[in-house]
Amino acid sequence: MTRAFTLIRRRLVGSIFVLLLVVIGRFLLLEAAPGDAVDAYIVSTGGDAGMIELLRHRWGLDQSELTRLANYLWALLHLDLGQSVTFSRPIRDVILERLPTTLVLMGSATALSFGLGSALGIYAGARPGSFRDRFLSIGSLALYAVPGFWLGLVLIVVFAVDLRWLPIGGIETIASAKTGFSRASDIATHLVLPVSALGFIYLALYLRMMRAGMAEAWRQDFVLAARARGLSRRRIVLAHVARNALLPLVTMLGLQSAQMLGGSVVIESVFAVPGLGRLAQEAVAGRDTPLLLGIILVSAVLVVVINLLVDLAYAFLDPRVGAGEARA
Amino acid sequence: MSELTISRRGLLAGSALLLASTALPTIGFAQTPKKGGRLILAADSEPRNLNPAIVASNGVFFISSKIVETLAEASFDGKDGPEPRLALSWEGAADGLSVAFKLRDGVKWHDGKPFTSADVAFSALQIWKPLQNLGRTVFKDLEAVDTPDALTAVFKFAKPTPFQLIRNALPALSSVVPKHVYEVGKIEDNPANNAPVGTGPFKFAEYKAGQYYRLTRNDAYWGKDEPYLDEIVYQVLPDRTSAAAALEAEEIQLAAFSAVPLADLDRISKVPGLKVITKGYEGLTYQLVVEINHRRKELADLKVRQAIAHAIDKDFVVKTIFLGYAATATGPVPKNDPQFYTADVPTYPFDVAKANALLDEAGYKRADDGKRFALKLLPAPYFNETKQFGDYLRQALAAVGIDATIVNNDSAAHIKAVYTDHAFDLAVGPPVFRGDPAISTTILVQSGIPDGVPFSNQGGYKNADLDALIVKASETLDTSARTELYKEFQKKVAADLPLINVAEWSFISVARDTVGNIANNPRWAVSNWADTYLES
Repeated sequence: MTRAFTLIRRRLVGSIFVLLLVVIGRFLLLEAAPGDAVDAYIVSTGGDAGMIELLRHRWGLDQSELTRLANYLWALLHLDLGQSVTFSRPIRDVILERLPTTLVLMGSATALSFGLGSALGIYAGARPGSFRDRFLSIGSLALYAVPGFWLGLVLIVVFAVDLRWLPIGGIETIASAKTGFSRASDIATHLVLPVSALGFIYLALYLRMMRAGMAEAWRQDFVLAARARGLSRRRIVLAHVARNALLPLVTMLGLQSAQMLGGSVVIESVFAVPGLGRLAQEAVAGRDTPLLLGIILVSAVLVVVINLLVDLAYAFLDPRVGAGEARA
Repeated sequence: MSELTISRRGLLAGSALLLASTALPTIGFAQTPKKGGRLILAADSEPRNLNPAIVASNGVFFISSKIVETLAEASFDGKDGPEPRLALSWEGAADGLSVAFKLRDGVKWHDGKPFTSADVAFSALQIWKPLQNLGRTVFKDLEAVDTPDALTAVFKFAKPTPFQLIRNALPALSSVVPKHVYEVGKIEDNPANNAPVGTGPFKFAEYKAGQYYRLTRNDAYWGKDEPYLDEIVYQVLPDRTSAAAALEAEEIQLAAFSAVPLADLDRISKVPGLKVITKGYEGLTYQLVVEINHRRKELADLKVRQAIAHAIDKDFVVKTIFLGYAATATGPVPKNDPQFYTADVPTYPFDVAKANALLDEAGYKRADDGKRFALKLLPAPYFNETKQFGDYLRQALAAVGIDATIVNNDSAAHIKAVYTDHAFDLAVGPPVFRGDPAISTTILVQSGIPDGVPFSNQGGYKNADLDALIVKASETLDTSARTELYKEFQKKVAADLPLINVAEWSFISVARDTVGNIANNPRWAVSNWADTYLES
């Protein structure tokens, strides 16, 4: 257990520096983008010079970049994410409102792609080179090549417009006043399509990785030894071949969680899911720097936490991995 | 009125019938509005401030015009322009120094307090004049609002102000908010800006960010038997393709403001149970305009600007980019404006040979590679059509030897580049005509506007003649003399081409057949919907 704690402590100390770098870097990057929050705002309203000056003053945009960065970091030190100009609300509230949705969407999609992907990978890898292996490999590759928004639209047209089995978008039936179990099942129904669209794309990654790992493992001596010992084929596939191929998949899981956050921007728009991805898009379009920084911070924390969990899982799965040694 | 009808034959036959049934409720099958029901419609954006008294824009009105009412609303048949809402009548003094409003009796705010002239005075003096994006210009000389009794409000102006302008401004600029809610604290920070309180047929119920806005029936509304609907729900659908799909799947019943892309209309008009409606936006005309940076030596030459005007095939633009849902433009006032428009202006028919000749005359001969000069073209990103027109314009200019490079920006960057940094040679913009040239049109060509003011003359154009005309029109009280001056204004703009007006367009609604009383006024999508109903 001390192994795990050392790991966690080391990771957290490193993460704080990473987060600080991320915040400052993003702040400067956003400042370099042409136009500010007021420019973004007056697109839909117009207004005279006096009004524009008034807005810049109210939103604190008449201060210098450095002052604003310093103010932001100072507030951040007090765990205050600041006020969003696009929503005229505290950023913490805006993000917390959307975070659960994104977590559920991402979590389910990751579970789907990891679970189904590795299962199919085992199925394909059990007999490398067979017809089912070829079929699955090519099929998953084709899915991987499909753009996410397009897959989303096709799913909408087929399952929501033509068949009307599932709702078209949103996270739950709007203004339905459902509670408890009926609300949960309502949300689940709404998640089917976006989770599929997001999950199916990444499924190929796990499938191919699992399959490749297994194909490799089949050639190892220990498989031969296991065979010689007369173990059942099922046991060899699951306990020996698949287990050895599993480790890189767990690493992938950590890496991909970050990718999934990015991918959800598109899927959240197509399915009108009120999540963090769409919020980030709105923050960029509205040049709402503090809001975007807040989202990035939360996402970064999320990625760090997920990778920490992955490391722990790794340590659990592979006894050779310890806190004291370098990891591959 | 029908400048913006459909040109595609197949569509015309189908939707003309539908138009008849919706726009003229007296001859349709649906004469008796039904009570009750929830109307669900698509919203593509979430305005950050829902107070229409502060932000007079269509995005805000789309939602809040059902909650907060104006003094008057535009009308197809009102002979003096708008028809009464919170005001019953309005009269301007001959000296242009005052306008008297008689207000509606028995109107209550959503919190039960009575609506009085004090609310009008407060809204005008504390909000429209100092804070509102458009009101800051139109009401700049408003000095006081006298309230001799609870139902009379007399606007007093420091300088003579044309009554015609005030009247034309009423539908968009005169949203009245309750004094008792706003008199405490800073108006800009008032929570009611995000949960408006008004006198309208619907009350604000809830807003779920990223999901929906819900409005509920105001049982104490002043209109007899109105409103018909129990609820209006705006479902936030950020992706345009999903609005069409949601209509087809019967998850929403209405998509206004062209939430369904033009390219999908042909297909969607054939879906049983859905209708495509082109009326109801006549008072919200957008103009497709080529903005010109006159600081560029080539573009400061009138011959070059005339050549560019001749190089643009306006009919092609209307047919191909707008798929017929637009009209060609002749000048800075759109053809469908009933008061000011004149066709008697210099025109620039599509003529590539003439354009080439003009450019040769101006001294910009083609070089060996066939090019005369290069310039930067910035299409505004707010509409698909402005971007597509940018692509077209590049090709049209290439045909006359002008080598345009397109610079694509997002909205904030475009606003900064064109209106603050002036980092453009040509830009494509969609200014809005708001019923009177003095509200937001003359500013497009007037000189002396500070840098950074969006949708204004930031091209460095300066014409003392035109400036004098604009000032004169703004001080002319007599309605017909003022109208004449604006006709003169159109002629001068079309002759000197400070900018080039290419086309005029409005929006399209797609609705299920069950939605009744759609498009029955020229600002329908941003009006109060007290008479909108749902057949079951």
